[in-house]
Amino acid sequence: MKRIALALFACCSIASADERRSGLLDMRPEAQAMQRDDSMNPGMLWVLDGEALWNRKPAPAMQSCADCHGDAAASMRGVAARYPAFDQASGAAFDLSGRIIQCREARQAGPPLARESHDLLALSSFVAHQSRGLPITPPEDTGIRAVRALGQSIYMTRMGQLDLSCGQCHDDHAGRRLAGSSIPQAHPTGYPIYRLEWQALGSLQRRLRGCMVGVRAEPFAYGSPEFIAIEAYLMERARGMEVETPAIRP
Amino acid sequence: MTVSRRVLLAAPGALLLSAPTRADQQRLAAALLDFTGGQPMREGRVRLDVSPLVENGNAVPISVMVETPMTTADHVRRIGVFNERNPQPNVITAQFGPRSGRAFLATHIRLATSQALVAAAEMNDGSFWSQRVEVIVTLAACIEG
Amino acid sequence: MARVLLRVPTMTEKGSVIEIRALIQHVMETGYRPNAEGVLQARDIIWRFTCRYDGEVVFNAAFSPAIAANPFIAFTIIATQSGPVSFTWEGDNGFTQTETRHITVT
Ligand code: HEC
Repeated sequence: MKRIALALFACCSIASADERRSGLLDMRPEAQAMQRDDSMNPGMLWVLDGEALWNRKPAPAMQSCADCHGDAAASMRGVAARYPAFDQASGAAFDLSGRIIQCREARQAGPPLARESHDLLALSSFVAHQSRGLPITPPEDTGIRAVRALGQSIYMTRMGQLDLSCGQCHDDHAGRRLAGSSIPQAHPTGYPIYRLEWQALGSLQRRLRGCMVGVRAEPFAYGSPEFIAIEAYLMERARGMEVETPAIRP
Repeated sequence: MTVSRRVLLAAPGALLLSAPTRADQQRLAAALLDFTGGQPMREGRVRLDVSPLVENGNAVPISVMVETPMTTADHVRRIGVFNERNPQPNVITAQFGPRSGRAFLATHIRLATSQALVAAAEMNDGSFWSQRVEVIVTLAACIEG
Repeated sequence: MARVLLRVPTMTEKGSVIEIRALIQHVMETGYRPNAEGVLQARDIIWRFTCRYDGEVVFNAAFSPAIAANPFIAFTIIATQSGPVSFTWEGDNGFTQTETRHITVT
């Protein structure tokens, strides 16, 4: 008897303990189907471009990503699920795209990859795609903890002419509708995403800029420590949720 | 840009439908007339699948299926999809034959606003069939930029 | 060359109906959108898609600006014999691209 009660309790507490839901589930079934079936998901076009770039030398004398990392299916599996990560050598945190930019500069000595450029989005989506279906597992070192704490404080701070914090929309009003769209819980599970509104692939930072402009705040710059801090906090909030890259979002 | 627009649009009533104008209706009618060449068109045999409510008009999945065995004796020659309130009434027109196996097509389309969609089929016997569906779009396609 | 994602069965039985799906990377600029300066951006769309198989055009579609960016199309054909199936996209500004896949019919 007691055991049954305990089992029941365990079952139900698990169900109620995790009320987190991916933005995937906030979409209408047709948009969900577009994400779930690769043959209909335009984001896969960028993943395929990224695969080609992974194997190509940026210039004849240079090494390709594959020359060092080999088969991405093995070497990049789970990597995106652990980013942003703190880099002891430089004393700063890198998001995945930032790490790819740094690798291109420092190790390939190739032409720089600009934020939000087609090639960087393609490579980032290809690398992140290797973690699809794996749980988000942020690192636990003290470096990233400090970055995450900064991210949390930005997330809680009211900003812009509308004087709203991220949390006021995404924690307090998630699931409600804001004009045409429903407010998601803001889990960064699917980035880079193919956003229907953009009709193209874009990064988490592009998405965050949209939210900041939306409350009439001056958005942080691409690659800024603030954006990386917010991402580190969002990834911690989404710990254990599945990577979906390339996700579809409205 | 987008979220701010939405915050401003959050006022109740923002999603109320405005009725299609006479000009919209005439453009759609003209496009259908062009498809049929003036032959009569009946409702039926055609199934146009599209969600009655879409959240983003930039990529709306649709599919069209026509009831026919697709034999040499009885098959679809053409399927056309038309809309009432995009800048242009034509969406897609496709050719079929007995080698198609099925009178089926699926694609992703743009809808500038809430409106009617019509799928029409021309059979090899020269008859025309159609289905009309109303779609509500909560966020229109980015036609205005 | 634009990136293409095709789903075509590689092996199938003679006489069976097979579904083909094709995605291609393309902006499908409608010609109705102003740019930041308020000037209309020139139309740049794919306006025709053609599938050839076994010596014949087996599917052919005319696209309008109402087809979404990165056009997706799905349709069926009957597997008649082993051989190449080709897919051609044609559009504004001289855009043309052809991809070929081989199907084995048993
Ligand atoms: C006024 C309410 C509001 C505020 C404030 C706001 N957002 Fe958003 N956010 C939204 C809405 C609405 C969407 C979904 C948009 C859509 O689907 O078109 C969204 C989407 C997102 C997403 C995408 C989630 C997914 O599933 O991919 C993330 C991440 C996000 N916001 C993070 C933030 C962060 C971080 C902040 C603070 C800097 C913030 N938002 C501030 C309303 C808000």
